[in-house]
Amino acid sequence: MEISPDNIILWQSGIVKLNATILYTWLVMIILVGGSWLVTRQLSVQPKLSRRQHLLEIIVDAIADQIRDASRQEPSQFLPFIGTLFIFVATCNLLTLFPIYESPAGSLSTTTALALCVFVAVPLYGIKNRGVGGYLKHFLQPSPFMLPFQLISEISRTLSLAVRLFGNIMSGSMLVAILLSIVPLLFPMVMRAFGLLIGVIQAYVFAILAMVYIASGMRAQKSS
Amino acid sequence: MSDISLIGMMSIFTAGLSIGLGAIGPAIGEGLALANAMRALAQQPDKANTITRTLFVGMALIESTAIYCFVVSMILIFANPFWNYVLDRSGG
Repeated sequence: MEISPDNIILWQSGIVKLNATILYTWLVMIILVGGSWLVTRQLSVQPKLSRRQHLLEIIVDAIADQIRDASRQEPSQFLPFIGTLFIFVATCNLLTLFPIYESPAGSLSTTTALALCVFVAVPLYGIKNRGVGGYLKHFLQPSPFMLPFQLISEISRTLSLAVRLFGNIMSGSMLVAILLSIVPLLFPMVMRAFGLLIGVIQAYVFAILAMVYIASGMRAQKSS
Repeated sequence: MSDISLIGMMSIFTAGLSIGLGAIGPAIGEGLALANAMRALAQQPDKANTITRTLFVGMALIESTAIYCFVVSMILIFANPFWNYVLDRSGG
């Protein structure tokens, strides 16, 4: 049994390896980019919209609402980043419906990459909204002695973001694999359906936590 | 007892111990969170959306401690570095 799809190597030439994580990430990317490209070909503002445009508008609207609720700010500047995170992770997890597919979110390298994006985005949004000095000043709040702890908290929450997503998705696929060898009939199907729910909730939690971290990076300097 | 069986035994024992102990705390925490969310829902049904969302995020944060324990026990069973080291030594 493999602990992560990183270990499933499909093709190898020298030191260049193509593992299941990379392949399925490409698959998700193709689906997302191709789907968005298809939908945005004929956008219209007429009352009669195409079904595909309706679908995308519902998704984008829902994400914008959630961002507005979580950050209490206008969602337009966060929508591209947070929306991409949510849609990517959700698609990764929902595609586990198909038999041989392994979710790339069940690999620690994918989740670490996503968490690093959040790690970089927090100071970027903070600096963009409050300037370099204003952002750096919040590390010295409430007193300069807290600086190491502030830095540790920045790093540890990135780590926890990565390990949480990895652990949840990996545990889901691992449970299904173990159950398949014990009770091969019907029960793994129920766990798979449960895994779909967990996958969407984890995508939601990942996006909301990223939003909360970014908002806290911006709000901290407002008071100072 | 040889080293290899000692390492194997301790890995499996510790894996069970870590997932067992690691499930207790989060279970109590999630129970408390859910009970309080239920109480809040009964008092303010209008705020159901906000309460449910906060509950989900909070639950996921609590659950992540259990997930850390799970990851540790999975590493001990399936990707144990000491075990791999011993296997390399005995094989080579």
